[in-house]
Amino acid sequence: MVNFQPSEEQELLRQTLADFARDAIRPQTRDADEKDAVPAELPAKGWELGLVQDAIPEAFGGYGSPRSAVGGTLMLEELSYGSLAIALHLLSARLVTVPLVTLGTPEQQQAWLPRFTGAEFAAGSAALVEPRWDFDATAPSTTAEKSGGDWVLRGAKCLVPLAAEAAAILVYAKAPDGLAAFLVERGAKGLTVGEREKNMGIKALATYGLQLDGVRVPAAARLGGDGAPVQQLIDASRIASAAAAVGVARAAFDYAREYAKERKAFGVAIAQKQAIAFMLSNMAIEIDAIRLLAWEAAWRIDKGLPATREAALARQYAADQCLKVCDNALQILGGHGYIRDHLVELHLRDSRAFATIDGLAIV
Amino acid sequence: MIDFELSDAIKNSRRMTHMVAEQMMRPISREYDEREHEKPTEFLETMWNVSRGASMTGDPSDKEKKGPSEKTLAMVVTVEELCWGDCGLYLSIPNAGLGGAAVAAAGTPEQKERFLARFKDGAPKWGAMAITEPGAGSDSSAITTTAVKDGDHWVLNGTKIFCTSGLMAAEKSEGFVVVWATLDKSQGRAAIRAFVVDHGTPGMYVTKVESKLGIRVSDTAQIVFEDCRIPLDNILGSAEVKKTAQGFKGVMATFDATRPIVAASAVGVARAALDYVKDVLKEQGVEIRYGLPPHKLTALERDVMEMEAQVQAARLLVWRAAWMIDQGLHNNLEASISKAKAGLVVTWVTQKAVELLGPLGYSRANLVEKWMRDAKISDIYEGTQQINQLIIARRILNYSSEALR
Repeated sequence: MVNFQPSEEQELLRQTLADFARDAIRPQTRDADEKDAVPAELPAKGWELGLVQDAIPEAFGGYGSPRSAVGGTLMLEELSYGSLAIALHLLSARLVTVPLVTLGTPEQQQAWLPRFTGAEFAAGSAALVEPRWDFDATAPSTTAEKSGGDWVLRGAKCLVPLAAEAAAILVYAKAPDGLAAFLVERGAKGLTVGEREKNMGIKALATYGLQLDGVRVPAAARLGGDGAPVQQLIDASRIASAAAAVGVARAAFDYAREYAKERKAFGVAIAQKQAIAFMLSNMAIEIDAIRLLAWEAAWRIDKGLPATREAALARQYAADQCLKVCDNALQILGGHGYIRDHLVELHLRDSRAFATIDGLAIV
Repeated sequence: MIDFELSDAIKNSRRMTHMVAEQMMRPISREYDEREHEKPTEFLETMWNVSRGASMTGDPSDKEKKGPSEKTLAMVVTVEELCWGDCGLYLSIPNAGLGGAAVAAAGTPEQKERFLARFKDGAPKWGAMAITEPGAGSDSSAITTTAVKDGDHWVLNGTKIFCTSGLMAAEKSEGFVVVWATLDKSQGRAAIRAFVVDHGTPGMYVTKVESKLGIRVSDTAQIVFEDCRIPLDNILGSAEVKKTAQGFKGVMATFDATRPIVAASAVGVARAALDYVKDVLKEQGVEIRYGLPPHKLTALERDVMEMEAQVQAARLLVWRAAWMIDQGLHNNLEASISKAKAGLVVTWVTQKAVELLGPLGYSRANLVEKWMRDAKISDIYEGTQQINQLIIARRILNYSSEALR
């Protein structure tokens, strides 16, 4: 039966994360962006909330909740409302754990998951995007070739979060039989973590380029073994992207709405002018639209239904509309929106990421 | 628990309704668009016979049901399907319509019996709602039609326009028209009430049936009330004029229930155009490659994907607004969101379909140009795009109608 109400558990989680985002993340969003760094205490706080451990089976030290892509979208929306960059940092381990839980063999889960269920925050990472304009997530230029019993990875990656500290990096590459993902140790021979990247937005998130010069990994490092349906992770990544876009758009919308109610012009609050009020209405409509598209695509994943189409549509829609919402939010603040004293320019810069970042299989 | 799976009951009824749309509506769609003002009598009779008394065409008389309902959700799914067939024909189907919705929402049990029971049997009947006037559209509080008490009667005077199925309800069937009028112009919206005027009441005249851009098969009437006398107990709600404007609010509240349905009709028309485009492409062996980056897609693929996402977004917003009604939740904001979005989407998607199909789209040999003409009304009636944006804005800003005019 059709239902738009999150379960009680999901609602509780959502509320907890909403409070966390509002009270712990949002006050630090500007500072983190200016300093290009996530505040030191936040990863530990996120860890305490169980953001990563939650969906890991108890056998590997997790809390044993079943993976729920819908739950993941709720989580991402709330955390991204606080800050997209900080959210992605706190959730970075899920770049490895969610794919492991979804597609990993029992041996792979046994070998890798316990690294992310310790007492302290442990970063993980995934490398999908490549530094080229014609990048295609479904057919990356990075290759995986069989050599003896091993796989050999060659190529270049970018926008790899926390690559310099990650306990493991999931590297996406094109194998002879299709898209594949490989569990790679950060210190693997032939793997070079480049300089920290300087991006337009999500500045607080440390991202890096990777060079893979014949990185040799054992056959057992191929996630899910030969022929594993890695496209599912691409789908999940796109849904995550759409869900995060809801949070960013909502943050920009809320900021602009409050400003418009405060700011006076011609004797009234500018929100009392239809030119402004209708911009806000359209923003509200699109935020709901993105959210429902993300939910539906996530629900399909949870049901085991094909979701490639829905995920792709949701991601593109979300990227377009989130950018528009943030742009309008900035416009409502006028000149003030352009000044870094206000958060809307930050949201606009962050929102541009959704058409670019990929590989976020964290829901 | 978030879930997008329609129940089996709704899926089954959707399948049936789709057959009606495909086999009974599409074949006569073009003909009755061209023969404006003529009624597809056979179709109307058949629809009356299969649907009277059922929820399919919105008989709202059996509102008091217990337990979790799916009624409104079922209705929006049905309406999408019927409007995929032809939204003008859908609007023409004999039923209690918006007038019936007002009676169901604000009427006494006696009034419901007197006005709604007739929709269960006999010959086809229509109910209609007359709000708009030549000088009052979106600002329905500015209406000038008057209702004056005179002994045992209310006496109505004024002119109403854009009354859907007005001709059928007032003169061509044993239906009724719900008329908005003011008890006292100086009291503004607090004095506005709805009155039920039975078919054939002396003093009620249909003076014009409009010629329109689209939905041509549906009659849109101008109705003049000239010393039209109706019984005192034909007023919906209290006759007492209070400052609280409860009467007006009560009638406005019916829009929360009807807007998602109108939005669903918009989704149906949009899907008709989208399906047509996709069918043409499929016949020519053009496959839409979902999931590729924009630089690998053709402009055509990108357009079709954008259309699909827009239609699905509109559909989900409609489902949510309908679901909220079924849950007994206040959906004023969400109803307007669904209506505003669907109105824009259907207008854009149908225009895009005509564009993408080139001469095939522009030709009256195909239905796409008709859908584009039909579509535009969705962004106007039951609250224009702008009125819905105003409602949304007031809600999200927590402003009264005085603070945001």
